[in-house]
Amino acid sequence: MKHRNWTLRIGVCITAVMVALILLGAVWTPYDPNALAGAEKSLSPCLTHPFGTDNFGRDLFSRVLEGGRTSLLIAFCTVCIGAACGAVVGSLTGYFGGVVDEVLMRFNDSVAAFPSILLALVCVSIFGTGKYKIILVLGILFIPSFARIVRGEFAKERTRDYVENARIMGAGPFRVMFAHILPNVRTVLLSSIAIGFNNAVLAEAGMSFLSMGVQPPDASLGRMLAEAQGSLFTMPWYALCTGCFMVLLILGFSLLGQGLQERGDAL
Amino acid sequence: MHRKMRNLILALLLLAMALSLAACGNKAKEVETPQQTRADTNEINVGIPQDLEDSLDPHVTTAAGTREVLFNMFEGLMKADPEGNIIPAVAEKCDVSDDAKVYTFTLREGVAFHNGQTVTVDDVVYSISRCAGMLDDGVYTAASTLKGIVSVEAPDDRTVVITLSEGNTEFLASLVTTYAAIIPADYTDQAANPVGTGPFKFASRSPQENFVIERFDDYWGTPAKLNKVTYLVTAMDTAVMSMKSGVIDVFAHLTADMAKSVEDQFTIEKDTAKLVQALYLNNAVEPFNDVRVRQALCYAVDVDQIIDLVVDGNGVRVGSSMFPAFAKYFDESLSTYYTQDLEKAKELLTEAGYPDGFSMTITVPSNYPQHVQTGEVIAEQLKAVGITASIEQVDWNQTWLTEVYANRNFQSTVVGFDTSTLTARGMLERWTSDHGKNMINFNNAEYDALFAQAIACTDDAEQTALYKQMERILTEEAANVYIQDIYNMVAVNPGLEGLTFYPMYVLDVASIGWKA
Repeated sequence: MKHRNWTLRIGVCITAVMVALILLGAVWTPYDPNALAGAEKSLSPCLTHPFGTDNFGRDLFSRVLEGGRTSLLIAFCTVCIGAACGAVVGSLTGYFGGVVDEVLMRFNDSVAAFPSILLALVCVSIFGTGKYKIILVLGILFIPSFARIVRGEFAKERTRDYVENARIMGAGPFRVMFAHILPNVRTVLLSSIAIGFNNAVLAEAGMSFLSMGVQPPDASLGRMLAEAQGSLFTMPWYALCTGCFMVLLILGFSLLGQGLQERGDAL
Repeated sequence: MHRKMRNLILALLLLAMALSLAACGNKAKEVETPQQTRADTNEINVGIPQDLEDSLDPHVTTAAGTREVLFNMFEGLMKADPEGNIIPAVAEKCDVSDDAKVYTFTLREGVAFHNGQTVTVDDVVYSISRCAGMLDDGVYTAASTLKGIVSVEAPDDRTVVITLSEGNTEFLASLVTTYAAIIPADYTDQAANPVGTGPFKFASRSPQENFVIERFDDYWGTPAKLNKVTYLVTAMDTAVMSMKSGVIDVFAHLTADMAKSVEDQFTIEKDTAKLVQALYLNNAVEPFNDVRVRQALCYAVDVDQIIDLVVDGNGVRVGSSMFPAFAKYFDESLSTYYTQDLEKAKELLTEAGYPDGFSMTITVPSNYPQHVQTGEVIAEQLKAVGITASIEQVDWNQTWLTEVYANRNFQSTVVGFDTSTLTARGMLERWTSDHGKNMINFNNAEYDALFAQAIACTDDAEQTALYKQMERILTEEAANVYIQDIYNMVAVNPGLEGLTFYPMYVLDVASIGWKA
């Protein structure tokens, strides 16, 4: 019986639509996301402004696209740093084991023992705020979780027959690690990348919400939610549109990640 | 299979949460309000955004929010009326010597403390000596104007003579704040169980929850209308819900958004907040050490748009370091000295050597949304003349007060400055070149000379004219990009009447009462 992976399909669809919208926003938005327009302030959603406008008369649809782009960019870079470094550290320690493995993993445990957002806030208060610092801080904080997953897989795979065979055929340790084992852990890695993506979007939004992340005038979904909080009763569309956009973005990646995992399990 | 189910439930849950958010506003209206019972027992609930955490001792407290409450329980020798005039309180009258060095107060007869004792000259001598830091008990109030006291003496049992080291015509103004309240001599429990002479007396307190005061029946003046006032500690983000559900009758310092949210159920009373909001510029750093750059900024910024967008029209232009409520000192013409003129701004920038603009940082305290938003609008407006302004939100206590205010390590910042004394001195003295709190490093010899003349001056009209000249220098030299005095909006239960505003940061509950 062919297993229909609806989770993956829906996930791919939502993600595709959201990413397409955000990419469109990068080249074209209906209005300048930062342009002030006193005459058009606090409009509820209508045909000319599908998400309405905020108290500065800025078009919320344009701002949500802009904010989504900031969030996506930060999440993408964060996950790239986290996954790349995490994969290297995890594969080395998982494959070779020994003292280095012990030391790095205990260090990993100690970092993982703190809530990551809390650590990020501490780092930001030391290094300062801004888009690029957030990427760096979150990226580094994401390394342990990836390292742990990859290490587990490598430790499991290294005793398998195909690895033994490769070794017997004279492949060097790096060839075995990256040409033989890595392709076999890709499903696990991919789904954890998708989940990591979610965590990164949420972490960035959380930090910006607490005004420790992206700084104005750069739009960010978290900052927009913080601004919307004050006008929950007078302009409910502000929080709703921003919130729904973020929920969809995260839901898409979450379903995508779970779908990938299901597919991995089914194979 | 299970996963699909779980995802569906998750999605539905999120949707339900979003909808319930939108529905909240309507539900609150259906709840029966307990306001009628409070009208019957003649009491009200006032919401305050923070607890009275610093101290209940009027000479020790520092927070404006605490003074706002204590104002109803304490009085000085003199007090302020709603127009800003200084009128006698615990003293019946005051005679000032010609050189403004010796102040002779005659005590009012029969003024009682909340503990039943009558106010004597000993209490007054003790109180003034204590708040001026002359007693050896470690108490020293924040009011620097009390510094110049040389001696406090009581020649007879109704007279108190205060002698100053130098003539100071504005001394009485520093006696009206709660910093200079009259308290019983040698009473040691002030911080936990405060005793004063005001229209209300302390009843009870539950930390982080409420603070209760009751009418003082033996008050010498017009008695309070209400029997009891309960201050409820209510965080800003839950204040709207508390107001809508009828728990709170009065809430001050609303934002424009909060006011809009409750205007269908409450009367919104407005008055200026008596502060000067500006883009404060560090006059000592590049490029703001060039007066032409500072003037260019003034021409590039559209103040009316800021007032429209940030506070929804609830603000007034100021133009200099003086707010309109100080009518005597306020110079209306300065408020429109600079109007937006992009061409002129560009010309000035070119003259100063920045034809293509420059990059700057605006530091804003993140806990004041109005200042953050003002910074945002300014950044957008400055783009038109090629200036790229980035905004840095910082923590008020940890970063703003130390880095910006104390260490002067900043380029520009948006905040509001107010004063606790009733004269222009409090607003203008801080920009003299050698003043410890001259955060903007303003350095103008003429300004310093005028200030020296003004404080030495014993003629009121002449002194006022000197202060106005100082204001003009601040405007012409573009010391800062002056913006506005923001309205203080107070939500009042429509069943109440009598809310009166003062030219100080206080909320007088003694004048409030239920309509008959």
